[in-house]
Amino acid sequence: MSTTTTAKTSATTGRRGNALGDALVITWRNLMQFVRVPPLLVFSVIQPIMFVLLFVVVFGGVMKAMVGGSYVNFLMPGILVQTTVFGSTQTGVGLAEDLSKGFIDRFRSLPMARSAVLAGRTTSDMVRNLVVIFLMVVVGMLVGFRPDGTVPGYVLALIIGLAFGHAFSWISATIGLSVKDVESVQAASFTWVFPLTFLSSAFVPVESLPTWLQPIVEHNPVTVTVDAIRSLVVPGLTVPDMGISGGVDWSAVWGSILWIAALLAIFIPFAIRLYRRLT
Amino acid sequence: MTNDAFIHIEGLTKSFGDVHALRGVDLQVEEGTVLGLLGPNGAGKTTTVRVLATLLPPDDGRATVAGFDVVKDAKRLRRIIGLAGQSAAVDPNLTGLENLVMVGRLYHLPKAEARKRAEDVLERFDMTYAANRTAKTYSGGMRRRLDLGASLVGHAKVLFLDEPTTGLDPRSRAGMWELIHQLVSDGTTLLLTTQYLDEADELSDKIAVIDGGKVIAEGTADTLKDRVGGTVLDIKVDQAHYDEAVTALAGLVAGAETLNPSHSEITLPVGSEGPTVMAEAVRRLDGAGVTITDLAYRKPTLDDVFLTLTGHAAEEEQGEDAEPEGKGRKRGGRRRRKEKV
Repeated sequence: MSTTTTAKTSATTGRRGNALGDALVITWRNLMQFVRVPPLLVFSVIQPIMFVLLFVVVFGGVMKAMVGGSYVNFLMPGILVQTTVFGSTQTGVGLAEDLSKGFIDRFRSLPMARSAVLAGRTTSDMVRNLVVIFLMVVVGMLVGFRPDGTVPGYVLALIIGLAFGHAFSWISATIGLSVKDVESVQAASFTWVFPLTFLSSAFVPVESLPTWLQPIVEHNPVTVTVDAIRSLVVPGLTVPDMGISGGVDWSAVWGSILWIAALLAIFIPFAIRLYRRLT
Repeated sequence: MTNDAFIHIEGLTKSFGDVHALRGVDLQVEEGTVLGLLGPNGAGKTTTVRVLATLLPPDDGRATVAGFDVVKDAKRLRRIIGLAGQSAAVDPNLTGLENLVMVGRLYHLPKAEARKRAEDVLERFDMTYAANRTAKTYSGGMRRRLDLGASLVGHAKVLFLDEPTTGLDPRSRAGMWELIHQLVSDGTTLLLTTQYLDEADELSDKIAVIDGGKVIAEGTADTLKDRVGGTVLDIKVDQAHYDEAVTALAGLVAGAETLNPSHSEITLPVGSEGPTVMAEAVRRLDGAGVTITDLAYRKPTLDDVFLTLTGHAAEEEQGEDAEPEGKGRKRGGRRRRKEKV
């Protein structure tokens, strides 16, 4: 008992363990890579911007007939959600990298909060998503994107978009901590992210899809979230034939919030548990 | 409940599937001393360190460090330990100083103190000149030093160094040794693993030889060398006659002779019987028509100890011991981690 006391009192003094503070240190560390290696940020922005331009140019003509008006207004909310979901796969990749390089060992041997490495990683990925969204909107506006909603609507849309990406970051963290190998995590990400974002209302209206596919697509959380954000950002967009009646789609907004809450409720504890039990 | 030893390990076992990495490890380390855990790849060194550093719960047995149980008191224990693993966990995109400040912050030092500690460590390690360079510009040796430094910023009372010099060039290695000597003189308790016998000899107060997940011998370098029997006789023969030589010498010395894996050298522990054994050996080899290429008396090295204790040489493989290799040493690791900084 006496050894315990001496060791304890002479142990590191200072501010008490603080999960938030630890997570911020990790967030800072992860974001520093973008400061030190600017091409990393440049390339994580270029790809989504290419997507915007390619979709507008390639599908713009065909889609105009279907969604009426300008396709870019229909597309932008969808492509923003797709980008945040794609971006969130980097969470798992980053964790797998930290694992393979021994960082996670070091972090786990430190008296820091067990949640901090994961919270820090998902937060830094959210910050990156924010930057990417901002630049995409700018590029979108250059090619004709014209939001016609309200400021509170934009703010809510941004929060939903970031939170949705954040929820997917935790899914990705779970995959990263289970699969562990960097290349495998990368490969694994594409297999679920591609169908998830393409079998949604991100690029085409649900009504335009084969009938048998529609129920699946309608219940895809990506569809729900895209519909919510689209209705908040371009409430003026109406395509009566395709079930888009204009105005804010509150059921989609609530549906999306519920999805986000449910995903976070499942995957945060799951990922932290995996982190604790790493060997 | 109370143990005098600062690090107390008792009956530790750990398996990964059917690979038994630890099969009942017992160890004691006194406060302020250095224990060198010496063994080949897959012997269980890394697994032991990982259990002590609270990274891995043991299947059975218990371990305490400074009175803290590695499982039950893991949270409090982490405040007083420092770990430098096999791969230098140094962020290449942060500067040396930023790396250390970050670790200090994660030890929950106030910002100013974390910075001061980081600067102190860099100065002590003669790295102040590189403090504001990103770590990716560092050499392998510098990264290792920075990594060791990171384990120090939190005023750790116990340091676990897992193969601190594996993969370093001789000069960097000597530099690491010097740093480790300094740490020890400050009274830090240290447990280091190594597969280099000279390193264990150089750095440790006590050496524990581990093989197949068990401690097979323990003691100072000198007592271990005594186990081989005072003096040894090295007989080098040409390779073609190696087998004949072995046959000719069979039974000459009580206790098995140790054979060099390169198949040209036979080492006999001769104790005080040196001259007699030597004369007899020469007579027998001559009779068998074997040409002796070299013949020498010498003090045993830890290599001899290892051969005597385990029946196989210490350095069969290079690289690091990934845990799941367990005792599958001879077949080569089942899973090898590829990177080596």
